[in-house]
Amino acid sequence: MNMMAKRFMAGAAATALLAGAATAQEEVEVLHWWTAGGEAAALEVLKTNLEAEGVTWSDMPVAGGAGDAAMTTLRARVTSGNAPTAVQMLGFDITEWANAGTVANLDEVAEEENWGDVVPAALQEFSKADGHWIAAPVNMHSTNWLWISDEALTEAGMEPPTDWDSFIAMLDAFQEQGITPLAHGGQAWQDATLWENVVLSMGTDFYKSAVLERNEDALTSDEMHTVFERMEQLRGYVDDNFSGRDWNLASAMVIEGEAGVQQMGDWAKGEFLRADMVPGEDFECIRFPGTQGSVTFNTDQFVMFEVGEERRDAQLKMAAAIMDPEFQIAFNTVKGSVPARTDVSDEEFDACGKKSMADIAEAAESDTLVGSLAHGHAAPPAVKNAMQDVITQHFNGALTTDEAPQALADAVKYAM
Amino acid sequence: MSARTESRPDGGRVLRALLYAALILFAIYYLLPLYVMLANSVKPLEEIRQGNMMALPQVLTFEPWAQAWSEAKVGVAATGLKPYFWNSIKMVVPAVIIVTILGALNGYVLTKYTFRGANILFGMMLLGCFIPFQIALIPAARVLGFLGIAGTTWGLVLVHTAYGLGFATLFFRNYYAAFPTELIRAARIDGAGFFTIFFRILLPSSGPIIVVTVIWLFTNIWNDFLFGVSFGDFDSQPMTVALNNLVSSSGGVKEYNVHFAGAILAALPTLIVYIVSGRYFVRGLMSGAVKG
Amino acid sequence: MTAKGRLGALLPKLILSPSFVIVLIFVYGFIAYTLYLSFTASTMLPNYDLVGLRNYERLWQLPHWWLAVKNLAIFGTLYIVVSCALGLFLAILLDQKIRGEGMLRPIYLYPMALSFIVTGTAWKWFLDPGIGIENTMQQWGWDSFQFGWIKDRTMAIYCVAIAAIWQSSGFVMAMFLAGLRGVDGEIIKAARIDGASTVTTYRRIIIPMMRPVFLSAFVVLAHLAIKSYDLVVALTGGGPGQATELPATFMYSYTFSRSQMGVGAASAIVMMMMVFAIIVPYIYAETKREPGQ
Repeated sequence: MNMMAKRFMAGAAATALLAGAATAQEEVEVLHWWTAGGEAAALEVLKTNLEAEGVTWSDMPVAGGAGDAAMTTLRARVTSGNAPTAVQMLGFDITEWANAGTVANLDEVAEEENWGDVVPAALQEFSKADGHWIAAPVNMHSTNWLWISDEALTEAGMEPPTDWDSFIAMLDAFQEQGITPLAHGGQAWQDATLWENVVLSMGTDFYKSAVLERNEDALTSDEMHTVFERMEQLRGYVDDNFSGRDWNLASAMVIEGEAGVQQMGDWAKGEFLRADMVPGEDFECIRFPGTQGSVTFNTDQFVMFEVGEERRDAQLKMAAAIMDPEFQIAFNTVKGSVPARTDVSDEEFDACGKKSMADIAEAAESDTLVGSLAHGHAAPPAVKNAMQDVITQHFNGALTTDEAPQALADAVKYAM
Repeated sequence: MSARTESRPDGGRVLRALLYAALILFAIYYLLPLYVMLANSVKPLEEIRQGNMMALPQVLTFEPWAQAWSEAKVGVAATGLKPYFWNSIKMVVPAVIIVTILGALNGYVLTKYTFRGANILFGMMLLGCFIPFQIALIPAARVLGFLGIAGTTWGLVLVHTAYGLGFATLFFRNYYAAFPTELIRAARIDGAGFFTIFFRILLPSSGPIIVVTVIWLFTNIWNDFLFGVSFGDFDSQPMTVALNNLVSSSGGVKEYNVHFAGAILAALPTLIVYIVSGRYFVRGLMSGAVKG
Repeated sequence: MTAKGRLGALLPKLILSPSFVIVLIFVYGFIAYTLYLSFTASTMLPNYDLVGLRNYERLWQLPHWWLAVKNLAIFGTLYIVVSCALGLFLAILLDQKIRGEGMLRPIYLYPMALSFIVTGTAWKWFLDPGIGIENTMQQWGWDSFQFGWIKDRTMAIYCVAIAAIWQSSGFVMAMFLAGLRGVDGEIIKAARIDGASTVTTYRRIIIPMMRPVFLSAFVVLAHLAIKSYDLVVALTGGGPGQATELPATFMYSYTFSRSQMGVGAASAIVMMMMVFAIIVPYIYAETKREPGQ
């Protein structure tokens, strides 16, 4: 960062200090985008816990675009020197804000509570900057899941697929049943989620080199061509009305028997559970075919901002409350994700949750726990969005399969 | 002008029927989205999922309205839209009053007290209507921070004032331009001062253009989302932000009936303003805003 | 000059000055700031390292930007032309001594009062083939009815135009109605005596008199077209793919979601230059006219 920017930030922090002095002592202002019923209820647990400690919760919800709108608000807030206490954030957004130098240091509470030993290393990469804790992780989602309707699967007389060929065979069988084989919502991030699953099914090493490292050779390789071929193939199993559909409406298609399977992160589980469906009986949760043993993850974290000494105490209390094992269980059983700490019992979780916790532990062990591109844990926002552009253009037929790999490589190059 | 059609009684009647048919058809086009919103806001969720979007409700329920107003989750607490409604009122009313007064005074000066360079000043103000708001976010945040009103209702009022001035000045300038300058001159000879003339002579006859300006400003400021979401704080976020939190929440069952009820609630103040003062609106436009 | 007289001479300028200062900062200050940012390496937050024209070069390399500009051309033209035509047409119809005008006028006018944050969901439903008009028509027995434009890459931008025209054509109608009501009845009478038909009277005499209304309508519509952001976000989110991206959504996305503030600023400057090229001549004409005319 150059001098001007530093001075600008210092000014912003100073104004924040002044603003902080005027407000009540024990207060946290929380910027987040969890406004849907279940998520908001889960977060309310945290609010109640904090209030028991005498900390007031000032709620600042901004929904829309998986946090896009909230990030815009955050820029305006920080620029005007009025940063919130804590901000819900994903992956590389955290890294960028840490680089901007406006975040608070949580080492004090982290050391006291020993976060270093209980938070998975892959998460710590985002929760820490320059070796200091700046964020408290709430959860860990994984995106390489298939949600299959057991009714359709039984009718097809099949077992859940384990590789690409059996996946296609299953989709073909669903097609014959007269239902939409693959429920999908045509929004850029959903296209990208599907794409990253297909990439991962080509091998974790390929995912690392194509998505995490973005080697030009990998991006233009034959494997990448195959990835786009498969995307085109999958497009054939999606109904014509997919464009713009929200992910939960796609889940509803599977729940109501209009579609056979959905590829989506584990937040989709909540939709199935709310419809009184039982994992293993009414629906199957399995890893995307060919990605067993690997996990693409994303994690919601609360990044703490510099707010001045007066609000520091409440801020640290909030950080500790987030990492409280009880809260982690209460929150994540509702949200469909798993706790962001490894020392929590899986007792309270359902079959899918237990599987997820086991898979993540295994993947962390074998170094196959990788960040999700579509959810901002594999590349900085500029690169991620540029790649997403190409993926969604291709899925919507504006780019051919032959053009797509080169277009992807170009997009990455221009975005750097 | 009706004399024209009445002079041809035979073809006239057919034409007249066609005319009404066309008018009613267009009325349907304009009403359809509102109808969809209204009809579905009083249906139980189950009926929406299974039924036809255009069908009248089989079971009438006002539960969604009650939910949207005071029970729905728009954040961690289940407050409904109610508190945000007041935030919006607290922002819109001062902004509209300030901009209307400034616009009227500006229009007065620009037409009756012109000086060299006044036209350039006016042109510069007018150009301000056309800048895309997105570019204003970051610098405006710094200005508000500098003034110490970041995250307050007054910060929002200031921003809306800045971007409402251009049109308000345009409206009043065009209106006052048609006002006979001789009257002003005569009053000045009689010893009336700047403000006396404004309050005693111009303002009493400004009714129509005030209506146009107020409608225009009220609608634009009430409906603004971008500034509200960027410069609002937890205690000053306007209703559009809450509505967005309600309808674009990321997960869970989409309660369309509640969404539609909330959308209508959020639109109610502007709708009422239009319907109540609609008659004066065209009259106001007639008397200046468009003639210019 | 007396003290009072001097104050009297200063007063008009004093009255204008607060407005002028606000506009100077919030419009021209911010434009200058954006112009400066467009030459810097700004990413997530402003950064003041100059990089020359790199952001502009990059901007024009992006297919995404070209698409947004092309879409604005299609959308803007359709929106302005159809809104004007429809507004004028409705105003002429309403001006035929219609019974129930008081009922119809607010019906035509009310969409302008609503924001697309409000009506977006209704329009999204309405245009969606699965649950909207296509489904409704089919349920009512018109099986072959098809209307899936919003899901079609090549047609979706026209759906954006349909919804936008719905919103503002009533307002344009009100402007034209005001214009028509202002036409001197004597002129029309004279035309009738000369034997001109209704159509001819409108085409030759009345519509040409509406020139100032066309201009005002154009300005109002042009500024709405340029700022169309909510509309696209609520209706299509820019999709299918990127088929309905407009410069306003592009600018927002690059500045705020993609952390490429420099490119976002460059796109804002290009966009403003396009807008000013259209608007400045109008403003020039507007300010040249002597007040009182």
